[in-house]
Amino acid sequence: MPQEYRQILKYADAPGYTPDVECYLRHGGYQILKKTLEIEPKALPDGKSMSPAEQVRDQVKLSGLRGRGGAGFSCGLKWSFVDRRSGKPIYLICNADESEPGTFKDKQIIHKDPHQLVEGMIISCFANDVHLAYIYIRGEFAEGARILNRALQEAREKNFLGKNILGKGYDLEIHVHRGAGAYICGEETGLIESLEGKRAYPRIKPPYFPAVLGLYMCPTIVNNVETLCAVKHVVDLGPSEYAKIGTPNNTGTRIVSLSGLVKRPGYYEVEVGKVTIRELIYDPIFGGGLRDGRQLKAVIPGGSSSKILKAGERFKLKRKGPDGKDVEQELDMLDLPYDFDSLIAAGSMSGSGAIIVLDDSTDIVAALSNLSEFYAHESCGQCTPCREGSLWMSKALHRMANGQGRKGDADYLLKIADNIPGGRTVCAFGEACSWPVQSCVTKFKDEFVARGTQDEERRAAGSK
Amino acid sequence: MNPQTISTPQAADAGTASAIPIPNPLCEQPDFSVPAEMVAVLDELITHYPRKRSASLMLLHAVEERYGYVSRQAVEWIAARLELAPINVYELVTFYPMFHRQPTGRFHLRICRTLSCALRDSYKIHDHFCRKLGLDPHGHGAQTSKDGMFTVEFVECLASCGTAPVIQCNDTFHEEVTLEKADKILEGCK
Repeated sequence: MPQEYRQILKYADAPGYTPDVECYLRHGGYQILKKTLEIEPKALPDGKSMSPAEQVRDQVKLSGLRGRGGAGFSCGLKWSFVDRRSGKPIYLICNADESEPGTFKDKQIIHKDPHQLVEGMIISCFANDVHLAYIYIRGEFAEGARILNRALQEAREKNFLGKNILGKGYDLEIHVHRGAGAYICGEETGLIESLEGKRAYPRIKPPYFPAVLGLYMCPTIVNNVETLCAVKHVVDLGPSEYAKIGTPNNTGTRIVSLSGLVKRPGYYEVEVGKVTIRELIYDPIFGGGLRDGRQLKAVIPGGSSSKILKAGERFKLKRKGPDGKDVEQELDMLDLPYDFDSLIAAGSMSGSGAIIVLDDSTDIVAALSNLSEFYAHESCGQCTPCREGSLWMSKALHRMANGQGRKGDADYLLKIADNIPGGRTVCAFGEACSWPVQSCVTKFKDEFVARGTQDEERRAAGSK
Repeated sequence: MNPQTISTPQAADAGTASAIPIPNPLCEQPDFSVPAEMVAVLDELITHYPRKRSASLMLLHAVEERYGYVSRQAVEWIAARLELAPINVYELVTFYPMFHRQPTGRFHLRICRTLSCALRDSYKIHDHFCRKLGLDPHGHGAQTSKDGMFTVEFVECLASCGTAPVIQCNDTFHEEVTLEKADKILEGCK
């Protein structure tokens, strides 16, 4: 039986649970921070010692925690890249810019359990010798920013933040910084530029890897809200216990944002890889199925940038059998376990954990046109292939969606989409804007061609 | 820095150049002033950052929230406060969608137009607001009603896809909006 596994959202929706510090403390809040600050240096067999911060970093690495923002990169590995010898301050930024279409999980944490994020952040900052950190929250979350500011103020009053935290000699300040409606600020180097008070033009990597040259050209860590909350649970349970949740290489829990044409859209926290896409869409405790009389058309599995999965598509995946050996298995798209690796193997990604469900009432041309308009609007404009390409695709799709299609439009769209990504742009937005077009047009090519052909014939017959 | 570089040439060289209007120039706001208590709040905000320039978005938010738009005078005031050239602030106003160069209404209705909301009829909600307020449902960008009370704007994903369609009235989110709910929201705007 599939079920929710509420770890991060354990209390968020509990009756009477409020976002203030007293309520958080009543539910065991800030105990893990205390535990972290009380870690003693550990003597190693070779005579060296491991500092408390190093120990926490080690735990996070061993837990296998992967970033929940989109790329699914190992959090421990990301932290290990940080340049600790430069002598410059190290900054940590919580990426609360949640703006990938379909995603609404971080908002739940921020609004309902802000102190969990604050505690997770303080622990992460301690682990990385950070003394100044920011929460970069999207501008539209004005209420979220107020809630976080209140939480930070409460934390300061209780000395969980500020100078000499809990008498343990560690100093940390966290501030809230508001974005202003630009999707590209979710890209970590764009976010850093924005936090420096500039246009959010992503930086080229190399050399501007945030771990070395980030905020103010200092080493910087950028982690998603959910990832930072998970750090708290890693330290709480210990890495090996944490890694028992979920599946190998896909450890822990994930908050899945389910939206689109299902009966019960919403957010569901599950063990990574223990639940399939079918269960998330059809199970009564999750999506509850499609609206009556409707058939599934497609699923966007990981935020709007991920490649679309068409109903009925099958994938061959290597999976570990019961005897521990790799077995190749052919699976329907719906039977893919919802984790990082399976979706990558299926040519898509679980991205930010946002599933958008499309049923047979959806006009795929209009749906793609909608997404393309988003990307055309949000391209920062720095790189020509992305700035122009996203706009051309959007214009062509807008034309198609409004009865002015052409037979060759499908190929035209693919040609543009194929020429944006692959190292032609500074950041991954090039990929993000072309993947939906590439996958939709390829997988639904008959519909795109038929639409263009119909429009051409209608125009040839003399009617508009 | 010459303020003229970021505002419309006011018929300075009456000839060809001034005949071409610059799209969406910054508005003039001769009575722009920032009350002392707001200055104190903003100065405190600036201390949150090792470099003053970082505070520019926060200052722009404060101005946009107070006046409903960002004028030439506001850009210059912020630039001076942060020891920047006005262009450094102006380029943010033109980049970030949350800042407006034209005055907006007392009630700012942001309607999400991205996929999850569109699948659940956010376009109908936008259309409904526009018609009720005498605005063009196909118009681009933020549109403000004649009485200056309402601004209607289609925006990209507001991160409430599970309760689509969603709109934001000033800072307040309204979820699962129906036409009836939309009417109630308008009635509540007084």
